[in-house]
Amino acid sequence: MAAVQDGPMELDTEKETKPEILSDGTSKLSGNTASGTLSSSPLTAGGAPKQEDQQTLIAVLQFLRRNKLSESVEILRREAGLEDQEDSQTLDGSGGGKGDRDGGEANSLLSRVSITSAAAPQSTLTPITVKRANEQLDVSVVLSAYSQQGDPSLYQVYYSGLKNFIESVLDCHRAELSQLFYPLFVHMYLELVYNNHENEAKAFFEKFGGDQECYYQDDLRVLCGLTKKEHLKGNEVLLDFRTSRFVLRISRDSYQLLKRHLQERHNNQIWNIIQEHLYIDIFDGMPRSKSQIDSMSGSFAGEARREVNKVKVFHGLLKEPEIEVPLDDEEDEAENEEGKPKKKKTKKDSMGSKSKKQDPNAPQQNRIPLPELKDSDKLDKIMYMKESTKRIRLGPENLPSICFYSFLNAYQGLTAVDFTDDSSLLAGGFADSTVRIWSVTPKKLRKVKSAGELNLIDKESDDVLERIMDEKTASESKILCGHSGPVYSVSFSPDRNYLLSSSEDGTVRLWSLQTFTCLVGYKGHNYPVWDTHFSPFGYYFVSGGHDRVARLWATDHYQPLRIFAGHLADVTCTRFHPNSNYVATGSTDRTIRLWDVLNGNCVRIFTGHKGPVHSLAFSPNGKFLASGSTDGRVLLWDIGHGLMIGELKGHTDTIYALKFSRDGEILASGSMDNTVRLWDSTKAFDDVETDDFTAATGHIHLPDNSQELLLGTYHSKSTPVTHLHFTRRNLLLAAGGYSSQ
Amino acid sequence: HQSSTGREERRFAEVPRESIKLMAESTGVELSEEVAALLAEDVCYRLREATQNSSQFMRHAKRRKLSVEDFNRALRWSNTETVCGYGAQDALPFRPLKEGELFFVEDREINLVELALATNIPKGCAETMVRVHVSYLDGKGNLEPQGTVPTAVQSLSEDLLKYYQQITRAILGEDPHLMKVKSVSHDLDQLNRLLHMVKSLVQNPYLYLGSYVRSLVSSVMYCILEPLAASINPLNDHWTLRDYAALLLSHIFWTHGDLVSGLYHQILLSLQKVLSDPVRPLCSHYGAVVGLHALGWKAVERVLYPHLPAYWANLQAVLDDYSVSNAQVKADGHKVYGAILVAVERCLKMKALSLTLAAEGSSAGLPGTTTGAVGFRENSPGLSPPPEPLSEPPLGIASHLQAGGAGCQWEEWTPVSLPAMYCELYSFFGDSLAVRFSTDPPLGGAPPPGPCQPLEGRKEPASSAPNLENTRKMPQLTASMNISPRQDGSPRMEPQPPSLAATVPGRSLSRSSSSSSVSRSRSSSSRPGRSTSQSRDIFPKSRFPLPQAGPPAFSFIIGGRQMGRRCQGRRFQTSFTPTPPLTTLPPRAYAHKLPVIGRVSKPVRRWTCSHYSLHLPL
Repeated sequence: MAAVQDGPMELDTEKETKPEILSDGTSKLSGNTASGTLSSSPLTAGGAPKQEDQQTLIAVLQFLRRNKLSESVEILRREAGLEDQEDSQTLDGSGGGKGDRDGGEANSLLSRVSITSAAAPQSTLTPITVKRANEQLDVSVVLSAYSQQGDPSLYQVYYSGLKNFIESVLDCHRAELSQLFYPLFVHMYLELVYNNHENEAKAFFEKFGGDQECYYQDDLRVLCGLTKKEHLKGNEVLLDFRTSRFVLRISRDSYQLLKRHLQERHNNQIWNIIQEHLYIDIFDGMPRSKSQIDSMSGSFAGEARREVNKVKVFHGLLKEPEIEVPLDDEEDEAENEEGKPKKKKTKKDSMGSKSKKQDPNAPQQNRIPLPELKDSDKLDKIMYMKESTKRIRLGPENLPSICFYSFLNAYQGLTAVDFTDDSSLLAGGFADSTVRIWSVTPKKLRKVKSAGELNLIDKESDDVLERIMDEKTASESKILCGHSGPVYSVSFSPDRNYLLSSSEDGTVRLWSLQTFTCLVGYKGHNYPVWDTHFSPFGYYFVSGGHDRVARLWATDHYQPLRIFAGHLADVTCTRFHPNSNYVATGSTDRTIRLWDVLNGNCVRIFTGHKGPVHSLAFSPNGKFLASGSTDGRVLLWDIGHGLMIGELKGHTDTIYALKFSRDGEILASGSMDNTVRLWDSTKAFDDVETDDFTAATGHIHLPDNSQELLLGTYHSKSTPVTHLHFTRRNLLLAAGGYSSQ
Repeated sequence: HQSSTGREERRFAEVPRESIKLMAESTGVELSEEVAALLAEDVCYRLREATQNSSQFMRHAKRRKLSVEDFNRALRWSNTETVCGYGAQDALPFRPLKEGELFFVEDREINLVELALATNIPKGCAETMVRVHVSYLDGKGNLEPQGTVPTAVQSLSEDLLKYYQQITRAILGEDPHLMKVKSVSHDLDQLNRLLHMVKSLVQNPYLYLGSYVRSLVSSVMYCILEPLAASINPLNDHWTLRDYAALLLSHIFWTHGDLVSGLYHQILLSLQKVLSDPVRPLCSHYGAVVGLHALGWKAVERVLYPHLPAYWANLQAVLDDYSVSNAQVKADGHKVYGAILVAVERCLKMKALSLTLAAEGSSAGLPGTTTGAVGFRENSPGLSPPPEPLSEPPLGIASHLQAGGAGCQWEEWTPVSLPAMYCELYSFFGDSLAVRFSTDPPLGGAPPPGPCQPLEGRKEPASSAPNLENTRKMPQLTASMNISPRQDGSPRMEPQPPSLAATVPGRSLSRSSSSSSVSRSRSSSSRPGRSTSQSRDIFPKSRFPLPQAGPPAFSFIIGGRQMGRRCQGRRFQTSFTPTPPLTTLPPRAYAHKLPVIGRVSKPVRRWTCSHYSLHLPL
C-alpha cells in the first residue's frame, strides 16, 4: 500500500525540479506554522501546536534523509531553523521506531491517513511527504498526547462541573458553549480508554453519552463499543479524531467566559484538552443561536475554520467565444466551423451577451490546460446549440416531465447509472461487477470492425465512419466485463467515446465505447473506489474512495496527477465544477470539500450534514453547490462566499441523485425513499440575503422554507432513484433498479 | 462461525464468555475464565467493527438490506476469513427453539435426488433490462402517488395519522403489496399475518367496517378456497391457514354479517361452487368443507350434505388410487375426507340436538321421558362392538335416499329427517362415522370446561334430589362410553384412560362410570346449550338426542316412529351382548386397510351378534 503511494511522488519528483517543489512545500509548512501559532495565540499557552509542527518538520527531514535528498534536507533545515533540534530528534526518532513496531498492524492503516489538519491546504505533493512522516510519528506522538495522567475518577467531576457551568450561563452563551460538550466528551472518554481505565470510561460514557446532540448518535455508537486501548490503535475514525483538531466557532464573549471559569476552577484537565485537541475559532460579534450552530455542526471534526473558506474561488464559467453566439442555427454553425469557440460547456443565448465581458469570477481560460476541441466535439456543440433553442424554460409553474428508466431483473444489483449528456446512452453498474450499456435511442450499439477488416475498407470514402462499424455486432445493449468487484459508479466522457467505471476492486477502468473493451485500469486507490466522474471537458477525471483521498487523473496517465487528501473518512462522491478548475468531494466525515485542480489545495470545507454525503451537484452557472446525504436533507452552498444558503427537507432516506435543470431553475433530487422531488432553486438562491456581515462571519439564518421550495414529489413504483439527468431540452430522466421487496 | 453468530447482533449485543468457551472447546482449546472474558469482549468489538464497515458496502450498493456479501467484503478488507455458506439471496429464517433458549438459522435439508430428477428445470434469471414506465408529463401526470396515505386517512388528526403509520408498518412490514392477497399467495407467513390483521380488524369493537366487510370476506375466502401457490409445496402447512381462515370467516359472519345483506347466501354459493367443481384441487375442496363447517351445521346440512353423493365418487376415486404418483393427492384426499367427516358429525349432532330442543319444548314438563328415551346399547366396553350390525338397517334406506339426495339443490332444500341423514351418511362413512359418535371427544375443538366440572361435581348433589334420575341416567352414560373400541382405528382414542376398560366391563349399568366418559358424552351435547347455566339442566335432556345421533341410528330405526308421535313414548334400546369377538376381527382388518374410510360396498354381516334386547329404561 505504502509502496504504491510512494509511486506518484517519486514520479513527480523526477519530473519536476526537486528543490523548488520541496522548498515550496516547506515554505508553506513554515507559513502554516506561523499561522498556526497565530490562530492559536488567543489560547496563550500555545506551545503544543508549535511542537507538533516541528515534529512534522522533523519527520519530513527524516524522510528526506532516508531518501538521500541531502540537498533538500539542508534547505529545509535552514528555512525551518531546526539545526539545534536534530539531536533531540534522533532520540525521538528511535522512540518513533518503537511506536512503529508496536503498531505494526496499525501502520498499514496509518499509511492511508492523510495529513494533519495543519497541513491541509497544501499542494498534492506535500501531503505524501507528510504522510510518510506520519507513519512513524503518528502512533507515538498522537497517542502520547493522551499519556498525561489525570485522576480517572475525577473525569466525571470535571465534566459535570463544566456542564453545570455551561448550563448556568446566559442563554446566548449557552448554545455556543454547548458545542464543547461533544468533543470534550469524546476526548475524555478516549483518554480514559487509552490509559486503561476501562470501567471509568464505561461509567463516564454511561453518564454523559445521552447528553450529546442526536446527530452524533452514529459516532457515539462506534465509540461505545470501544473500551480497550488495543482497539484504539486500529480504529481509523478515532485516530483521525485525535490527529485533527475539532474546530469550534465561539464568539469572543463566550470564550472569555469559559476561560475565566476554567482558570478560576483550575480545571486543568479540561483546559489541556481544549488546548491540545480543540481549535477554537474566535470571532467578534453576537454569539450565534442554537439553530445557527446546529445547522453548521455535525461533521467529524467540527466546523470548518473561517479562514479555510476565505480563499478566492473562481467559480465563474469559462469564457464564451469572442464572437457572440447568434441565436440562429446557421450562423451558429458557421462560427463553430471557424474553430474559434474554444470551449463553452454551459449556458445559452440569454447569457450570450454577458459572456462577452469577462466574468470577474471566472478563472483564466488556460488556468488548467484543457484538451483541444476535435471536429466531432464541434459538431456536438452545434447539436447542443440547436437542442437548447428548443429547451423548455422551467419554473415553478412549468415543471419538467419525468421519464423513469427502471432496471428490471436487476436483483437488487444495480449500483450506479449514468446518462450521456445527449441522453443517447445509458450505462449501469452492477454488483456482479459488470457494466452494461444500453442505447436509449433506436440507434443500436455497434463495435468497430477488427483490425483485419478495417484494412479492407476504403479510407477515402465519405462514409468511412459508418463503414468502420461492424453491423453484425449491432445490439441494444453491451456488457463490459473486467472488474472483480461491484461497480460503484460509472461516468461517460462528454464526447461519448469513453466510459469510466470504479469498483470495489480498487481500480478505475476506462472503456472504449467504440470497441466496447477496457482500455486502461487505473490503479492507485487500492481500496474500494466509491465514485468517479469525468471532467466536463473530458480528459481529466476524478475518483474517490475508501482510502480517504480523491485523485485527479488524466486519461493518458496511469498515475494520478493530484491527490486531494484531507477528508477524515471515505470519499463517497466526487464532482467536477463546470469550469473544470475545481473538484468537489463529499465524504463519510459529513463534510464537503472543494479542491483546486491547479494546485491541489482545499479551498472550501462545508460542514452541516449530519450523515455521509452521497450526492453532489453544481449549478450550471457554477456558483452554487447542492449536496445530499443519508439524513435525507439537501443542503445548498454558495461557493463564492463559502456559505450554506439553504436546507431542503423532505426526503426520508438517503439522497443518491441530485441534478440541476439545464438553466438551473429547478433542482431535482432522487432518493432511496422511491421519490423524485423538485425544488425551486431560483427562489432558494434568491431568498438568501448575503450581506457583508453574514459573508464575513459566515453566520447565516436559514429560512425554514423547504415546503415552499418543494415543487413536487413524484413516487416511483418501489424503485429507488439512483440517477437523475436533464436532457438538453429539460426533460428529466430518472433511473433506478426496481426492487420487488 | 463466530461471525456468523454475530451477524445478527444488535447495538449492544454481546457474545457471552460461555459461547467463547464452548467454541474454544469445540476446537480443543481450554480457556480460563479470564481469557474467555477478554476474548468475548474483543470478539464483540471486532464484530461490531465489521458490521459497521459492512454497512458502508450496503450504502454504496444503494440497498437498504445488509447482505451477507457486504459483511464478507468488510471481513475481506480487514484481512479476515470470510463466512461461507450463507450466500443465498432469500432471507434466512432465524428461528427460536421453543424448548430452551436456542436460536438457529433454519437450514432445510435438500433432497438432491429429487432436485436432480425434477422434471421442471428452473428457468434462468431473466435478462436485466431497462424500461421506461413512469412518466409525469409536465410535472402533472399521476399526482395521486402510490404508497401515500389514502385520502380517507388524510383527514385524521396527527396522532391518529402516526398511529395509522405505525399500524400499517407493523402489519405490512416493508411490503406495501400485502394488501393484495394474491401477490403474496406464495408466502404463508404473510398470509398468516394478513389473516391476523383481518381478525384484529374484525374484533375491534370500535371499528365500523361497513362495506369493507365484503372485501375482507373476499380476502379470507381467497385464503380458504384458492389453490395458493404455497400449497404446491407439501411441506407448507396451508391446511392450518385454511382452518384459521375458515374460523375467521365464521367470526366475521357472526359479528358483521348484518352489515352486508345476503352475505351468508353469497358465501354459501361460492363455497358450493367450489365444492361442485371437480376440477378444483383437493385443497380448495378442503377449504370449502371447513368453511361450511365453520359457518355452522345448517350450512353443512344445506350445502355439503346434498352434494355429498356427487362429490363422494370423486373422492373415492382419489382415495382408491394407490399408485405412487397419487400419494400426495391421496394425502390431500384424506384431509378432505377428515374434514367432511368432522363437518357431518357436527351437523348430525347439532341437528339432533335441535330436534331434541324442539321436542323438549313440547315435552318440557316431562324431563324424565327425554332422559329415559335415550336409546343406548349396553355392552361390555372392553370389547369392540361390531358396527356392522348397526349399519344394517340403514342400508335399505340409504339406497333410496341417495337418489334423491344427489340432485338436491340447496335452494329447494328440504330438511331431511335426521335418521335418514344419518343413514345416508353412514352409507358413505361407515363405521368411522358411527365411531365418532361414541368416542367423540370434544368436538369443534371446544370441550367446554364449564359444563365438565359441574358434571363432575354433580355426582354429589345428584345423590340428594334427583337421585332417581341419576340412576336412570347412568346406563346411558356407560353405554356411550363402551362403544369406543380402541380397535376401531378411531384417532381419538387416547383420551380414554385404559383403566376404563377395566372398570366398566363388570358393571355397565352401574353409576360408577368414570367421569371421563361422562364428560365426553357431555361435551358433545353441551355445545348446543348456549347458556352455560342452562346447559346444566339441559344436559340430562339433551342426552336423549345424543345417543340418537350416534349408535342410536339403530335404535331409531326400531323405535323411531314412536318418537315421532309421542315424545315421551317408549324407546327401544338395544344392547349387544359381550360376545362378539368374532365380529371384531373382520372390521379391524378392514380398518387396517383404510383406517378412516367406511364403504358402503362392504358386505354387512347381519345379526352376527344379534341378540338385541329390548330394554326399557323407565
